[in-house]
Amino acid sequence: MSEFKSGSNLEKILKAGHFAFTGECGPPKGANVAHLKEKFQYLKGNVDAVNMTDNQTAVVRMSSLAGSALLFQEGLEPNFQMVCRDRNRLAMMADILGAYALGVRNMLCLSGDHQTFGNHPQAKNVHCIDSMQLIAMVKKMRDEEKFLNEEDIDVAPKMFVGAACNPFADPYEYRVHRLASKIDAGADFIQTQCIFNMEKFRDFMKMTVDMGLHEKCYILAGVTPMKNAGMANFMKKFVPGMDIPDELIKRLKSVDKKEQAEEGIKFALEQIEEFKEMEGVAGVHLMAIEWEQRVPEIAERANVLPRPQVD
Amino acid sequence: MIVADRKSLEEILSMVETDKKILVVGCKGCVTVCNVGGAKEVEVLASALKIARKKAENELEIDTHVLERQCDNEYVSQLGDTVGDYDAVVSMACGVGPQFLSEMYREQVFYPAVNTTFFGGATQHGVWEERCAGCGTCGIHLFGGICPIARCAKSLLHGPCGGSSNGACEVNKDTECIWDTIVKKKMEQGKVDDLLAVKGFKDWRSARDGGPRRSIREELVEGNI
Repeated sequence: MSEFKSGSNLEKILKAGHFAFTGECGPPKGANVAHLKEKFQYLKGNVDAVNMTDNQTAVVRMSSLAGSALLFQEGLEPNFQMVCRDRNRLAMMADILGAYALGVRNMLCLSGDHQTFGNHPQAKNVHCIDSMQLIAMVKKMRDEEKFLNEEDIDVAPKMFVGAACNPFADPYEYRVHRLASKIDAGADFIQTQCIFNMEKFRDFMKMTVDMGLHEKCYILAGVTPMKNAGMANFMKKFVPGMDIPDELIKRLKSVDKKEQAEEGIKFALEQIEEFKEMEGVAGVHLMAIEWEQRVPEIAERANVLPRPQVD
Repeated sequence: MIVADRKSLEEILSMVETDKKILVVGCKGCVTVCNVGGAKEVEVLASALKIARKKAENELEIDTHVLERQCDNEYVSQLGDTVGDYDAVVSMACGVGPQFLSEMYREQVFYPAVNTTFFGGATQHGVWEERCAGCGTCGIHLFGGICPIARCAKSLLHGPCGGSSNGACEVNKDTECIWDTIVKKKMEQGKVDDLLAVKGFKDWRSARDGGPRRSIREELVEGNI
């Protein structure tokens, strides 16, 4: 019997006590595998696992399952994202089995942005189960080796179970309780929403540590480098659940437009340095949105290279 | 009650485009209460149709009638003597009404004049809001007497998603985040722990997902009550 729940690289890194560094990759709006593989090259060797997003912002793209399989084929470790918006429990369990069969060992269980945000707002939303129950379902399939109907699974999917946490959504006081519920449901690791409001996140982590949640689960802090002040303004206005302090926008605007990307990266690097020391934070999840080509440089400057190898 | 909105005059006009003589039938049930298909609205629609057709130099003869309930065959049968006198019948009841009418009078054409929207009630004069999704297994007591199946855009059972902001839903700033309301109510009562346990997987068979539903009360069928 393995000492690991899934044996994924991410699980081994976290269990060994290393500061984890994960990345993210959005699949293409099409079947452009060549472009996807090009993006993989920026991530390979620079992160421990790569989140493959699932119709993010409710825009239809290549499936996260196919994207995850392509990651695996190319020698990267996928973190297969699954939302509750597009699949009922049958399709979810089928895709979990399929993902495992294709080499996937990490999953991130999410509710999913509402379809009205995306490019098919006419779609029916499913929500047969919610993200809390998805966590419990993946854990059940792994630990009990059973489907939801209690039938046995012939070769169960052994996934390292991830969940999201947005400390910046409301009501704030409830967020830590929701995190605790996700851990109780079976989350092995958490990747937070992009953090920009450091003061609020420090407070959130203090509550998390006070409740001892960091000892039950690995918490990876979400970092998104801003490309410019325009991106920061857009996210503040249009992306639900984002908390972008005016000081950050001011900081980006304070430099020449050509220098704003560098300023955004500097802020991200400062954040990563603080997260390395922050109690309860086990790693960073870098979401360089359509900016994968800057990941090698960010990883290098953040002093997280080379990535540790754990057997 | 069942809440509905009237279809546009243009849509109703296009339905009866080729008809010369129609009956507009209202209902004294829910659609009267939500001011969409009662006696008053039947007359308003009939007048509007007549004026529009007169303007188009294609006059339309219209009679009106309001049934006690269109979802009850006892009342639907009251149209028996006259329903055949018309080219078509426009029903202003919820989606149930024109179906009961169609089932009883197979030769007649029935057009729905309203869009049935939800189960809800009036929160102020002129404003109706959804409260129930008719899922068939009510558990509102688990959520402070508030239904997240009907009132959360994602039907979440374990708290607000990451898009909840200042009490508003991510879908629309004018839509209340019902989980914000549930959580705040429980926090005020010091009962937030009620919400934390992972709930059982919902059995959707009792909802529309299990197929069309039927409710049988044997004692009534047998005529004992």
